[in-house]
Amino acid sequence: MVDMKDPHIPVVGVVTDIRIDTPDVKTFRVVTPDGKKAFEHKPGQCAMLSIPGVGEAMFSITSSPTNTEFMEFSIKKCGCVTEWLHSMEVGQQITIRGPYGNAFPVDTAFVGKDMLFIAGGIGLAPLRSVINYCRHYRDRYGKIDIVYGSRSMEDLVDYKEIIEEWSNDAGVNVHLTIDREQPEWTGHVGFVPNYVKELGFTTDKIAILCGPPIMIKFTLAGLQEIGFDKTQVYTTMELRMKCGVGKCGRCNIGAKYVCKDGPVFRCDEVDELPDEY
Amino acid sequence: MRKISLDKLDLLFSEIAKSAKLYLPVDTDNGAKYDVWEDGKKLSDALNTVRSAKDFFFPQTENLMDFKMSGKNIEIIDTRSECEDFVVFGVRACDVKSFEILDRVFLADPVDTFYKNRREHGVIISMACNKPAETCFCKTFGIDASEPCGDIATWKTDDALFLDAKTEKGEKLLSALEKITEAAKDADAEPQKALIKERLARLPLAELETSAFGNGKTNELFNAPEWKDLSESCLGCGTCTFVCPTCQCYDIKDFNTGNGVKRFRCWDSCMYSEFTRMAHGNNRLSQLERFRQRFMHKLVYYPTNNDGLFSCVGCGRCINKCPINMNIVKVMKKLGGKKNG
Repeated sequence: MVDMKDPHIPVVGVVTDIRIDTPDVKTFRVVTPDGKKAFEHKPGQCAMLSIPGVGEAMFSITSSPTNTEFMEFSIKKCGCVTEWLHSMEVGQQITIRGPYGNAFPVDTAFVGKDMLFIAGGIGLAPLRSVINYCRHYRDRYGKIDIVYGSRSMEDLVDYKEIIEEWSNDAGVNVHLTIDREQPEWTGHVGFVPNYVKELGFTTDKIAILCGPPIMIKFTLAGLQEIGFDKTQVYTTMELRMKCGVGKCGRCNIGAKYVCKDGPVFRCDEVDELPDEY
Repeated sequence: MRKISLDKLDLLFSEIAKSAKLYLPVDTDNGAKYDVWEDGKKLSDALNTVRSAKDFFFPQTENLMDFKMSGKNIEIIDTRSECEDFVVFGVRACDVKSFEILDRVFLADPVDTFYKNRREHGVIISMACNKPAETCFCKTFGIDASEPCGDIATWKTDDALFLDAKTEKGEKLLSALEKITEAAKDADAEPQKALIKERLARLPLAELETSAFGNGKTNELFNAPEWKDLSESCLGCGTCTFVCPTCQCYDIKDFNTGNGVKRFRCWDSCMYSEFTRMAHGNNRLSQLERFRQRFMHKLVYYPTNNDGLFSCVGCGRCINKCPINMNIVKVMKKLGGKKNG
């Protein structure tokens, strides 16, 4: 009985690289002490990271499953656990367990479709996994558009990767925007929902949204205005979690547990949930 | 069916306690509570214990694992050990049913091994309710207090205790008690069952029913205007969730002992604002939302995920303990349409 694996018990992970993305976002590379990935995952799934004595929290896995060497987590500093993670140095051990939740239907509903990714701020973190998965299996998907906005230039996560890799891929169009004018910025200025409407996409695509709730709300409305149906739009949700396996009760909304039945929901499924997220 | 005369109850308990730790309800200054049986401890006559029996499988706090930290390194120490066999005597039909409700949470994939460990090593001896109280409404949820489940069911008459094994575990224990018990016919316990049934039918809440709730009733109930009045006086104290046999929400916390870290879980309550509070906000800001979550979960969400099974067993503890006298019965009456009015 006690030889059985328990979902609460993590394994040790080592932080082998820390990249500073923005003033409050860092990307951490994690492997097991023997240099392997802690577990395999699907795009959109999450993992519980913890520092014993500080706490444990759920994070989306930012790296693509096609990365065979390590996992990455882009994490914004905003609470106790994340502050501690931000103060870490390379070589620090943490604990990791997962993967948790469902995933984006990259091998079913998305196959053969044009993809439109729309992210705001740290909302790019969960989408990076899907974007890089789609880039890896490029011929399985149609055109890829990525609309990404942040408060300022400095707040764009993964900027280097976006400019040096994503923008150079054939059939991938990246549309960046920032909220307010900046002297060094020559790109688009304005909020994501308006920019999406200005860009005026054709409606034969799958759209994936992630960002602050207010951005999601207005972007979804904008997409519907230009003719998207809610069944074409996916998003990923975040609520407080403790167990990660649908038992502790914390992320329960309606009959769903975001940790286990989500975090990925199609927008028509979100509509069926009671309005408290 | 076996029986033993009531004046030999101590013999029964000491015989059971020879092979496993035996717990039973005893009277204290603060009501009945489960305690380890030892010579001289008397079985309480109270209808039920103040706290539910969920502690046996899902204790209020329990250690999940330990960590040793040195420099940048972490060692995870699996502190699990095989649970010792134990027997719980005198569990009421409602509390027995609560285990089935908890099983569906903790034994669902991936299995919670802490719960499963205790569950596998525990034997439940239930006891029919001779004097159900006016706060009892187990019948509403299809529970028959005259026919309790468990590994062994028992019925207490004026002079004897009848015992009937219901599971393999129960048969094993009951056969080990053959020397001190005597054979009885099923019919011998019937008069007692009939008496209980008659009392159950006369309870004030006997007519409370569930047709307004259950699978798929989310939208019509979630936005009901009645939640405002119902939740207005709720203090958010969480007492209802702590005495509830089916409330299973928990928190996981770390405690730094100065010589390593203990990670433990403890009961939590959806009635607390902290429950859903994140660094970037809280999705249930008002007590109305938290109050509604508790009852929607028991009456709608849980049944939706569990073949219509409600997450309430009608034990009445929340009726007894709520400081503002609010409870699931009032919620059901208010939201259940005229029939429950």
